[in-house]
Amino acid sequence: MNEQLQHMTSEVAKGRMTRREFVGRAAALGVTAVAANAMLASHAHAAAHEAPKRGGTIKIGSSGGESTNTQDPALTASEVPLNNLYAWGETLLEVDPEGKIEYRMAESVEASADAKQWVFKIRKGIPFSNGKDMTPEDVLKTMQRHSNEESKSGALGIMKGIAGMKVDGDNFIVDLESANADLPYLMADYHLIIQPDGGMDNPGAAIGTGAYTLEIDEPGVRHAFKRRDDFWDSENRGFADAVEVLVLNDATARTAALQSGQVHAINRVDPKVASLLDRAPNLSVQSSAGRGHYVFIAHIDTAPFDNNELRLALKYAINREELVDKILRGYGSIGNDFPINAAYPLFDASIPQREHSLEKAKEHYAASGHDGSPIILRVSDGAFPGAVDAASLFQQSAQAAGIPLEIKREPNDGYWSEVWNVQPFCASYWGGRPVQDQMYTTAYLSTADWNDTRWKRPEFDAMLNQAKAELDDAKRKEIYSEMGMMLRNEGGLILPMFNDFVNGVSNDLGGWINDPNGEMMSNQAAIKCWLKSA
Amino acid sequence: MHPVLKLITQRVALGVVLLFAASVLIFVGTTILPGDVAQSILGQSATPQSLANLRAELGLNDPPVARYFAWLGDVLQGDLGTALTNGRDIAESLGGRLKNTMFLAFWAAVISVPLAIFLGLLAVRFRDRWPDKLISAITLTSISIPEFLIGYVLMFFVGVKLGWAPSAALINDTMSLGQKLNTIALPVAVLTLVVLAHMMRMTRAAILNVMQSAYIETAELKGLSIFEVIRRHAFPNAIAPIVNVVMLNLAYLVVGVVVIEVVFTYPGMGQYLVDHVSKRDVPVVQACGLIFAAVYIVLNMIADIVSILANPRLRHPK
Repeated sequence: MNEQLQHMTSEVAKGRMTRREFVGRAAALGVTAVAANAMLASHAHAAAHEAPKRGGTIKIGSSGGESTNTQDPALTASEVPLNNLYAWGETLLEVDPEGKIEYRMAESVEASADAKQWVFKIRKGIPFSNGKDMTPEDVLKTMQRHSNEESKSGALGIMKGIAGMKVDGDNFIVDLESANADLPYLMADYHLIIQPDGGMDNPGAAIGTGAYTLEIDEPGVRHAFKRRDDFWDSENRGFADAVEVLVLNDATARTAALQSGQVHAINRVDPKVASLLDRAPNLSVQSSAGRGHYVFIAHIDTAPFDNNELRLALKYAINREELVDKILRGYGSIGNDFPINAAYPLFDASIPQREHSLEKAKEHYAASGHDGSPIILRVSDGAFPGAVDAASLFQQSAQAAGIPLEIKREPNDGYWSEVWNVQPFCASYWGGRPVQDQMYTTAYLSTADWNDTRWKRPEFDAMLNQAKAELDDAKRKEIYSEMGMMLRNEGGLILPMFNDFVNGVSNDLGGWINDPNGEMMSNQAAIKCWLKSA
Repeated sequence: MHPVLKLITQRVALGVVLLFAASVLIFVGTTILPGDVAQSILGQSATPQSLANLRAELGLNDPPVARYFAWLGDVLQGDLGTALTNGRDIAESLGGRLKNTMFLAFWAAVISVPLAIFLGLLAVRFRDRWPDKLISAITLTSISIPEFLIGYVLMFFVGVKLGWAPSAALINDTMSLGQKLNTIALPVAVLTLVVLAHMMRMTRAAILNVMQSAYIETAELKGLSIFEVIRRHAFPNAIAPIVNVVMLNLAYLVVGVVVIEVVFTYPGMGQYLVDHVSKRDVPVVQACGLIFAAVYIVLNMIADIVSILANPRLRHPK
């Protein structure tokens, strides 16, 4: 059997068999889907160790770019600007595909025993693309720009708990108001690209320590980059002579561009066409399980959702397997009503999975004493792809349990300002965060700006703070597990599924690794891959 | 004043009034959209603090009427302002986009206008016989299919299967003319199919209308061939309605190509407008709207003026 599997993995690597076919046939041999995927991943990893080639132009076709984009890291919020950021800039640290910290501008990090003071030792002799050497002062200025209350930076929330920052010799030192064992993960945030003088005078100048320099900047159309000869880490990154990021927002145009060889990789392949696309001979569909989740959120401080029996009724009524099958076409996994999955470092797999049960839904609905008036769920495909269909499936199974769920369709336009975090019950999407602490701090802390379920529990906040200060992983895991159970049983979050990142990749692209941190190898495909034909 | 000159002056003045009215409508339209630009820029990652900061910076706290007149004053001085979202000069970024849209529209027009008129004349020549029916059937079919569908079908067969032309029309300035034409081949084909039917049928109808006239009968009795009759007597008299429909379609080629630009990810005005509408970037939306309105009004004005000039009763007043 083992020989057969070996043969099959190499078939997949050669592009003669799709990943899904492999998983299917492996299942026939008694191998679970998880094990099969792991085998493929290790094979892909071995393939990734082929010697990189230098030269050529890597072209990335990406959705998520608009003519309104800038190169200012503080304002980066979508995929194309993210690809751009990593082409020309770098952060102090990065989170690697295994979830471990990779050192970039910092060469080491040390925490004080109470996890309140963090010392980042900054590398020396690394030139910015303007020729000037990067210094700890530049790091300090960068962090100051993003932590300034006047700032419109997307990283403002991350910088909140910082009491003080200073430079001491080669070190950049951060003092926290309260302990946080995960600070390095926060400092890996993509907004915090190190810029000369912190980007104070010209944040959109695209000057950084990255492998490429910006040559052509046409927002919403294309961004072209040229390799830097003085890049410090050319052993590991920046193999192509040039990189082009092309904005292809239309899903069909994107797929066609990959098929016709206009680009080497595309993001956001529609799950509906992924298996068809995977059959094409010159490319493969690469999906990686991420932390992103498609959800329905209820405000637990607003009637009728202030009734936990009703929330439980809705949680039991939703058919998770059906949603993963029909909405994600298998490119995803079922959720358990708390925002953490196995892609997180301290995930507790022993928390029981909530099953679809109309019986239990009926029981809890009866216990809730709801008056039978319609429960309005607001939804738009802007919330997540397929949200309207997902809501219809939810409605059907809810009605089968006697719950009068009704759907109100909202326009895509203005969904995030008019519906999400405003209306009491709606569809939404979360991209996840690298660590549990950050996910919970962003959306489940009583004081969180984006507390979109109105989850305000002092005991939960206390546990979060306790976990933050805890440097012993076993103890932290226990605390997180308890918090997960609490959210799962009482929260306003109905989390039926985690979505995979589905990318289309040309066979000409070497070095592809599926990265749970984000689509397109966490938006670093252009700087980490190479062209086999070069 | 000469009556023709008077009519033309009146027509131009009307155009200016229309343009002003359009600018008011565009402004009202953008103001009543839900959400604001600060919210849209920051998206899901907005915090109340960063929202307030951005709003103040962008001047969104001023009353809308004041913002409108401030903008109008700048526009009259030729300053379209800067985009709220990325601080770029609007006139500059718009210029490149407008050039691209015009380039696409130009080649679509160069192919579709002569083709439509030729097919229209051919249909008249073979009226109610199979060439006429075939031309009508093909053009009516192509106009009945949504343009994005034609686009996708061409993209799949011509772009992906045959590989004759790129499926994404990503044109840029470093390309040679030949490369550019190859790049825009598919969108031009779709646009041609979309506008062909309308112009062809109007040409056919206008000439048939003239063909009913007594002087055509005279020409026929004179022994002229049918081609000669159409060329010398019918076509010149049908110019006004034909120019009208041609101008209308040219306007469509500039203004109405939003869908095609999005489908083929062509970097023209349409896509630029769509991006900024969804971000509530009001100055850009207004600038685009104003240019679109101006294109429509100017082309219609030209059509009207040609009709005026083509009318002998006005050219030779008693």
